[in-house]
Amino acid sequence: MSAKTMFDKIWDQHLVEDLGDGVHLLHVDRHLMHELSGQRGQLELKARGIKIRNPELTIGSMDHVVSTVPGARGGNFPWADKMIESFRAEGKKAGVKIYDIGEDGQGIVHVVGPELGFTLPGSTLLCGDSHTCTHGALGALAWGIGTSELTHVLATQTIVQQRPKTLRARFEGKPAHAITAKDLILALIGKIGTAGGVGYAVEYAGEAIRDLEMEGRLTVCNLSIELGAKAGMIAPDEKTFAYLKGRRHAPAGALWDQAVEHWKTLPSDAAAKFDKEQVLDCSALAPQITWGTSPEDVIGVDGRIPGNKPEALAYMGLTEGRQIAGTKVDRVFIGSCTNSRLPDLRAAAAIVRGRKAAKHVKAWVVPGSWRIKQDAEAEGLHEIFLNAGFEWREAGCSMCVGVNGDLVEPQARCVSTSNRNFVGRQGPQARTHLASPATAAAAAIAGEIVDVRGF
Amino acid sequence: MDKFLKLSAVAAPFLKKNVDTDLIIRIERCTGMPKEELGKYAFEMVRFLPGGAENPEFVLNQPRYRGAQILVCGEFFGTGSSREVAVWALASFGIRCVIAPSFGQIFFNNCFQNGLLAIVLPQATVDALAQSAAAPAAKPFTVDLESQTINGSVRFDIAPRNLKMLLEGLDEIGLTQAMEPKIAAFQAADRKRRPWIYPST
Repeated sequence: MSAKTMFDKIWDQHLVEDLGDGVHLLHVDRHLMHELSGQRGQLELKARGIKIRNPELTIGSMDHVVSTVPGARGGNFPWADKMIESFRAEGKKAGVKIYDIGEDGQGIVHVVGPELGFTLPGSTLLCGDSHTCTHGALGALAWGIGTSELTHVLATQTIVQQRPKTLRARFEGKPAHAITAKDLILALIGKIGTAGGVGYAVEYAGEAIRDLEMEGRLTVCNLSIELGAKAGMIAPDEKTFAYLKGRRHAPAGALWDQAVEHWKTLPSDAAAKFDKEQVLDCSALAPQITWGTSPEDVIGVDGRIPGNKPEALAYMGLTEGRQIAGTKVDRVFIGSCTNSRLPDLRAAAAIVRGRKAAKHVKAWVVPGSWRIKQDAEAEGLHEIFLNAGFEWREAGCSMCVGVNGDLVEPQARCVSTSNRNFVGRQGPQARTHLASPATAAAAAIAGEIVDVRGF
Repeated sequence: MDKFLKLSAVAAPFLKKNVDTDLIIRIERCTGMPKEELGKYAFEMVRFLPGGAENPEFVLNQPRYRGAQILVCGEFFGTGSSREVAVWALASFGIRCVIAPSFGQIFFNNCFQNGLLAIVLPQATVDALAQSAAAPAAKPFTVDLESQTINGSVRFDIAPRNLKMLLEGLDEIGLTQAMEPKIAAFQAADRKRRPWIYPST
C-alpha cells in the first residue's frame, strides 16, 4: 500500500460514493449547529418537509447572538430571543441535543465541540461556521459550510465535496518563552498570505506544534481559514488522547480502547507526499500583531508599520514607518473561538495580576464556554481581571463578530484575541489589531500596543 | 433554482483584493431577513457613506455600472465567514456572475448552491477583462456557460458538477437522497469498523 497523508486516510475512510471528476460524497460523522446559521438550516429543512436523518450525530449550542452581559440569560434584542427560542424548540422537536444558555456544555461551538469530546480524531466534522477548521487540532477533518450545505448534512448526513490538495506546514525550531500558538499561526499567515492555503487541506507539523498543548493546537487550526485553507489538522498523539479521555461525548470503556487503536493509525505515513510544503522558522519570532485589515497584515510587535497598503493604513489610522508599539488603544477583547480557553485566560491573568487596566481602556474577558467560566472562577481568575478593572462576561462569540451587539465604537482601536481584522468586523469603522491573549492583556495595562516580553 | 445558460449584462470592475463576506454583507443583516430583501444591504459599508448617502466613488454607484450583473473581482473574493447570506445579498442585488483569480472556498461553494456563476481565471486575464469593462466604450459582457466563454473568446473552466448544477438547476439534496441505499450501506459497514462514532441510544 502506498504511503498516505492523514488527510487522505480520513477522506478515504468517509467515501460513500465517487461522483466523478474529483467530487466525492462523504459521510459526516459529526455536525455542530449554532443558533445563527443552524436555525436558518432548521427552517430550510422544515420548509422542504424533510426530517433530520441522524439527529444523534448533531449537537447544538448557543453562541453568536447570546448576550454576554454578566448574568444575562438570552439575547440583547427581541429578534435574538426569537432566534434562540426557535433554535431551541426545533432542536427539541428533532431530537437534537442543544446545550442551552446557563447549561454546562453551552459556549462557542468550536470551544465546546472539543470540550465535550464530541470532536474525535479521524472523524469528519462540519458546522455552518467558517472557523470549523478549529476541530482539526484533534486530528478531525473539519471545515465550515454554508446554509445550503448545512441543510444537505441535516437531510442526508453526507456532503458533496471536491477533494482538496494537501499542504504540510512545518514549524521548526523552538519558539522563545513568550511566543504563543497565536503568534506562530499569525506568523505563518504573514508569510504565505491569506490566499496561501486556497485549495489545500493543511497539516501542521514540526517540533513547535508537537510541543503545544491541545488548546494551543486549537488556536493554530482555528486560523486555517485565515490561510484560505479548506481544513487544518494536527496528528493525534498521547496529548490528544489524554485531553479527550473521560469527556462527555467521548467513547468509554472497551470502545475507548478500540477507538485509540484506530486513532494511532491516523498520522501521515513517514513517506507520504504532500502536494506542497511550507516551513516556518519559529526560533526568532517576536510576539505578532496585525496592523491592517487582513490577517496577513502582521508584524512582530517590535516592528515598524509597513506602507504597502495605504487604504488599510487610512482605515486603521496609522502612519507608515512608525513603531507599532506605542499605538494608543481604546478597547481590549480577550475571547472568541481562537483564544478563550482556560490556558488563554490564565496567560492573560498572569500579565494582569496585581496591575490595573489603563484608565482610558475598556477591557473585556469573554470565556469561550460556560464550563471555562466556572473553571476560571474556581481558580480565581475572574477576581484578577475584575480587580484590574476588566469586565468578566458570559460565554459567547461576543465582540469577535458583534452580531449580539457587542461592538467596538467607530474609529476606536481594539487589541483583540479573535481571528479577523476585516473592515467593520468588530463594528462599523472599528479598528482591530489581532494578537495573543498575553499581548492583548499587556495592551490593556499599558494603554497602548506594547511588547509583552518587557512585562 | 434558476437555470443559468447565457448572460449578457454590464460588467463592473471591482479589483479590490481580499473582499471578505463581512464587507459583502454585515452580520447584523444575517438575522432572518428574506433572501430577496438582502440586496439593499450588499456592500453597504462601501456603497454608502457613514451618513447614509450613496458613496459616489463606489463602482456600483456609478451610472454606467448601475444594474451590472457581472462583477470582475480581485484576488480572493469572498474570503472569510461562511455566511451564505453574502451570496443571497449579491443575487438579490442582481449579480449573477463573479469573476476572480481566486475565491474564498466556502463562498465559492455557496455560489453554485444558489445559481451564481463563480469563474476562476488567471490574474492577467481578470485584469484584461476589468480593463475592457472600464473602457469608455465598454459593451456588455456575454457569459456563455455552454461554450464556457466570456465575450466569445475568453475560455474558462468550470468543474463538471458545478456546470451541471447551473445548467440544469439541480437540487443537490434531492440527488443525494436518491443515493440513500448507499448511505445506509456505508453506515452499516462503518458501525462495525468505528462503532464509537455512533451513539448507542
